[in-house]
Amino acid sequence: MGLDIGLGHYLTVAAILFTLGVFGIFLNRKNIIVILMSVELILLAVNLNFVAFSAHLNDLQGQVFALMILTVAAAEAAIGLAILVIFYRNRGTIAVEDVNTMKG
Amino acid sequence: MNSDVTDFASLAPAYPEMILAIGAVVLLMLGVGINKERSALVSWLAIVLLAVVGLVVILQPTDAVLFNGLFISDAFARYMKVLVIGGAGLALILSMSNAVENGVHKFEYSVLALLATLGMMIMVSAHDLMSLYVGLELQSLALYVMAAIKRDDSRASEAGLKYFVLGALSSGMLLYGASLVYGFTGHTNLAEIVVAISNEGRSIGLIFGVVFLLAGVAFKISAVPFHMWTPDVYEGAPTPVTAFFAMAPKVAAMTLMIRLTMDSFAPITRDWQQIIIFLSIASMVLAAFAAIGQRSLKRLIAYSSIGHVGFALVGLSSGTQVGVEGVAIYMAIYVTMTVGFFACLLSLRTANGYVESIEDLAGAAQRRPFVAAIMAIVMFSLIGLPPLAGFFAKWHVFVAAIEAHLYLLSVIGVLASAVSAFYYLRIIKVMYFDEPMHEFAAVPAELNVIMAVSGFLVVAYYFVVGSPLANLAHTAAGSLF
Repeated sequence: MGLDIGLGHYLTVAAILFTLGVFGIFLNRKNIIVILMSVELILLAVNLNFVAFSAHLNDLQGQVFALMILTVAAAEAAIGLAILVIFYRNRGTIAVEDVNTMKG
Repeated sequence: MNSDVTDFASLAPAYPEMILAIGAVVLLMLGVGINKERSALVSWLAIVLLAVVGLVVILQPTDAVLFNGLFISDAFARYMKVLVIGGAGLALILSMSNAVENGVHKFEYSVLALLATLGMMIMVSAHDLMSLYVGLELQSLALYVMAAIKRDDSRASEAGLKYFVLGALSSGMLLYGASLVYGFTGHTNLAEIVVAISNEGRSIGLIFGVVFLLAGVAFKISAVPFHMWTPDVYEGAPTPVTAFFAMAPKVAAMTLMIRLTMDSFAPITRDWQQIIIFLSIASMVLAAFAAIGQRSLKRLIAYSSIGHVGFALVGLSSGTQVGVEGVAIYMAIYVTMTVGFFACLLSLRTANGYVESIEDLAGAAQRRPFVAAIMAIVMFSLIGLPPLAGFFAKWHVFVAAIEAHLYLLSVIGVLASAVSAFYYLRIIKVMYFDEPMHEFAAVPAELNVIMAVSGFLVVAYYFVVGSPLANLAHTAAGSLF
């Protein structure tokens, strides 16, 4: 009675992670760090997709792509945190509801 | 098709990118080494470097696909690269005057601008989802930092933060789309994707991927409903940075949109056409109405740029060569008008800093008649009045739409264009008929030159550059079909 874990399962998990990430950005009312974490979640969901497809298609390109995404994600997180530090210095807060000087 | 990487001469089509990459790193080291007061030197060298790279792009005769199909150099890529380099170089020149006040006097600014330009050139030449992503991220990461470069300004850092969060989200959507396209076609190369689609037909997974991919790119060109970052970022970032954002990145992202739809998704034109038509209509209509209530000039130009992206997409929605030609011409004219607008904006400085709201322009025509005249010309051109350049830009895209029988789209476009005339005309009214409120500071010489050239090109478009530009755009669009 073994349960075969196939491509569909991986894609479902990735889709759930992706959706969680997107909702984490839009529904989160607390903290900008949580938004950064949600961005990472989105990128990891995509990586899971790429690796699952790569294994399924027996093709290496997807794994190469996943490695590139990992690298870029690291750079992206560094820049995001740097901008967050500047924002905190100017405003003394990292609450999402305080990112509201400009509207219209 | 594929070239041998070990042979340096065979890399000739990628020379511009290589020169730019090495040049940017050299300028970074130079900037670290020299005295902080002399960092303007780095900016001038960056402008010279961009000019050299532009020249190398123009002098390149051959089409080629390099690096195992990751990189393509064709007439279309070269046309768009010249626009990207021109837009970036002009934005750098605009940032030279009053750099300290704008917070862009640091040498890092020009180095970041060069790296962003490099990313855009890779986007323009991308022939694989991987190189597309890497180029896009190189551009975006540099732009996030540029938005927040005025570190002690709370609005600039907020702009940087918003741009970062929404930019990262859009990259995520683009990647999710890319992963689905890869999974359902088995390839990341654009040329192989098109073969796979024509052989195997469309599947629901592929359509999903295309939707996500286009949504990611739509974020970057700020088409409605993915436009929400644009007004905030344009308003919060220092004006020279806004000028940079408004020109080159739009051209690069639009190129990406065209290459994806026309090249790799050509067999499923019917499917993506609906998306582009929706983006186009939504952008034109929302921008026309949302801009009416704006007081800030930079927010206004943000909505104006959203609207112009909508008009450019009218050409793309036709899915024909004439349409791509129209978009290519539109982007060239858009860059010309935008550089003129920002040169005017940066040359109107009062005692309390730059002109921010429309009311601050009051009486500019009496105090600064030349600047006001150029501004008025640019505004009339943005409306699309003949015989100015903006009219021909719209004419080309609407002709393409009519030829493709997209009548409803064309009618909505023309109506949106008429509505948008209101807010452009209000600027002219304030400049010419309101009482002067401020004294304006002297205009830097390079801004005068840029305004004069931009004004001349807009007015004399039909007689001077119209037909050569149309020929170039024709060749460029031809290389995609």
